[in-house]
Amino acid sequence: MTAKVTFNSDRCKGCELCVSVCPKHIVAIDQETINRKGYHPAHVVDISQCIACASCAKICPDSIITVEKF
Amino acid sequence: MAIVYQKSAGLTDKELHYCPGCNHGIIHKLVAEVMDELGILDTTIGVCPVGCSVFAYNYFNCDMQEAAHGRAPAVATGIKRTHPNSPVFTYQGDGDLASIGCAEITHAAMRGEKFTTIFVNNAIYGMTGGQMAPTTLIGQKATTCPLGRTKEQAGMPIRMAEMLSTLDGCVYAERVCVTDIPHLNKAKAAIKKAFQKQLAGEGFTFVEVLSTCPTNWGMTPLKAKEWLTDNMIPYYPLGCIKDIDAPKAEVK
Ligand SMILES: Cc1ncc(C[n+]2csc(CCOP(=O)(O)OP(=O)(O)O)c2C)c(N)n1
Ligand code: SF4
Ligand code: SF4
Ligand code: SF4
Repeated sequence: MTAKVTFNSDRCKGCELCVSVCPKHIVAIDQETINRKGYHPAHVVDISQCIACASCAKICPDSIITVEKF
Repeated sequence: MAIVYQKSAGLTDKELHYCPGCNHGIIHKLVAEVMDELGILDTTIGVCPVGCSVFAYNYFNCDMQEAAHGRAPAVATGIKRTHPNSPVFTYQGDGDLASIGCAEITHAAMRGEKFTTIFVNNAIYGMTGGQMAPTTLIGQKATTCPLGRTKEQAGMPIRMAEMLSTLDGCVYAERVCVTDIPHLNKAKAAIKKAFQKQLAGEGFTFVEVLSTCPTNWGMTPLKAKEWLTDNMIPYYPLGCIKDIDAPKAEVK
């Protein structure tokens, strides 16, 4: 499956809830980046393993994740 | 390319002011998704509380009204009675609903007012800095019980869903949480059912959502999720407490 997960990273608060629910364990906090709010935002580390289940997007309290599949 | 999930049309584009990982944001979007799926965004009127969700009127993409602390059920009563065809909901925290507003919610449920209440129980006063709420657990620390709540001093925590379900006017009461995807799906189904029963004119409907306050509990969002599961669910059991098929009322 080809999936696309887009984060509105400027709005991420680094809460890690998305990290905790991804069944493929491919969502992580990007320690290299700091967003304009001052948080390390979440990102997907290996999109090839994504099954587009949208668990990460559904739990995000700030609704900043969009999941698409081809 | 198909969109599997995107931000609900039931939410505005405003950035939420909640702390990182606060479950208020998750509960907002479930209510927003339900309103969107039921096609009632244009007709619904929500009533906001005082508490951390005081600005919820900026976030829900429907008409919203702010109420004085605890008085959302009284305001919702007036709105629903003058607009019987409009879906109406209140969104209230446990300080707002179970403490200062305990009379308003109880009497609205007793009268069988035909609106839905989303009750966010995070076992603490979030907005004001972490004071003890009527829902604070025995042993749980808060700024007004720094050594932990005791039964002798403050009694046992109040179970609002059970209490309101003793009233005939309350046709539906369920307790849910949003700690993971299966629980979140159940929570959304409960919120949808509450709105559907309201739309059928059945009576007062109530969904209690166990929620986290990582900031005032002094935990990370992930630790808070665990704490909720280990401590809140044993005292506040999840599930449907009341669901009666009340005779459908004529909607005038
Ligand atoms: C009449 C009145 N009394 C007291 C307050 C102070 N106050 C503001 S919010 C709040 C409690 C909030 O707790 P809760 O309802 O649990 O919501 P949370 O912030 O946890 O979401 C209190 C006591 C107030 N604003 N107005
Ligand atoms: S869509 Fe599912 S598999 Fe893909 S990153 Fe999100 S949670 Fe993980
Ligand atoms: S759940 Fe949302 S806000 Fe929290 S870390 Fe993930 S993307 Fe960021
Ligand atoms: S203080 Fe608690 S309830 Fe309020 S926004 Fe922060 S985490 Fe949420």
